[in-house]
Amino acid sequence: MDLMGIELLFKGQNFLRILGGLWVSVRISLISVAISIGLGLLVGALMTLRRPVVRAITRVYLEIVRIMPQMVLLFIVYFGTTRAFGIHMEAELAAIIVFVFWGTAEMGDLVRSALISIPKHQYESAKALGLSRAQTYRYIILPQTLRRLLPLSINLITRMIKTTSLVMMVGIVEVLKVTQQIIEANRRTSPNAAFGMFAVVFVIYFLVCWPISMLSKKLEKRWSE
Amino acid sequence: MNRDVIVEYVPLYVEALGRTVHIGLVGILGAILLGLGSSLILYFQVKGFRRLTRAYIELFRNTPLLVQLFFLYFGLPKLGLRITADFCGMLGLALIGGSYMAETFRSGLEAVDRIQFESAKSLGMSPWQTFFYVILPQAVSTSVPGFVANMIFLLKETSVFSAISVMDLMFTAKDLIGMEYKTMEALTLLVVFYLIMLLPVSVLGSLVERRVRYGSYGD
Repeated sequence: MDLMGIELLFKGQNFLRILGGLWVSVRISLISVAISIGLGLLVGALMTLRRPVVRAITRVYLEIVRIMPQMVLLFIVYFGTTRAFGIHMEAELAAIIVFVFWGTAEMGDLVRSALISIPKHQYESAKALGLSRAQTYRYIILPQTLRRLLPLSINLITRMIKTTSLVMMVGIVEVLKVTQQIIEANRRTSPNAAFGMFAVVFVIYFLVCWPISMLSKKLEKRWSE
Repeated sequence: MNRDVIVEYVPLYVEALGRTVHIGLVGILGAILLGLGSSLILYFQVKGFRRLTRAYIELFRNTPLLVQLFFLYFGLPKLGLRITADFCGMLGLALIGGSYMAETFRSGLEAVDRIQFESAKSLGMSPWQTFFYVILPQAVSTSVPGFVANMIFLLKETSVFSAISVMDLMFTAKDLIGMEYKTMEALTLLVVFYLIMLLPVSVLGSLVERRVRYGSYGD
């Protein structure tokens, strides 16, 4: 019976190798998301300032990220730095730099819109109740901002994981690359493996991203009242 | 940076841009049709198709385009379905785009208040009239920001086509870097050509967004 390559999954260490590849993608995304959230909070707060210079710089930054495909940024950082400065940068480091650059912009924009979405009367009511500035932020503004922010940041994780599939293009051996290697190695015995194995990768990505998106959707719904 | 090299490369990039835009536009058109169909199925809760549509949307929203393309391009021929790389790009873009567009259109439709139906009914409008003259225009105006974001997202996603050997901008740049080692020139042109493709869409998008926002005033 032709299993279209699914049998390769149970051959030798193949399944573990695929999981290893998955871990590479997930690790890159988690590191990038963690840094992006930190920097994004900072950039988002900066964006609410009314300084024209800060505004102009952040606008240009956001627009670059909005327009340039992550793949182009990846190529610039990975191949460009090698050429320009004559240093060899690890592909994984290049990937993290690009994803942080991208994630910070996304996160910053989310933080900005969450911050400005808090109505002015919240600040005024807090003042009327005699809360200090620090107390206002600690007890009134931040909890509301976080509620709006958390579902969207969780969503950013899934987008990050999906985008990490690009890193195979700069030579990082992740799920897709490992799968390709397995298919190549078994070309003679399982000629149809490309169908089954790529279907497996499809399902793996879905199983990783879907629960996270569901969680984000659920939190968003619960906290939007 | 060598100016002669850039002049020599430009025609290659122009050709690649043409191909990228062509695949992108056909793909986006497919995505709009697919998204519209899916969102209507969900909105009117068409029996038998609802589950399937939901599954399609969730599946394609939660997987990367690159993985979808690998499956379509390398996997499907094993079933005897052989398609060209360019067509595969269009198909992939239409499928992933359809799932994003469907969510955008659906939330636009659902944002229209129930009272609008009742008012239209009390004015003696038929269900079709209600849908075309009352619901759809409002749904469109709330969907526009999401629609523009999807357009830009999809045009950016075309950059992964090079992985299935579509000779697009990315492919051209990679090729030139690999063969002639003119990295800086190839990368600069890559950035310039992506700007040429996406900057107008981005600017036009924000103009349209501003324009349709009038539609939501008055409620």
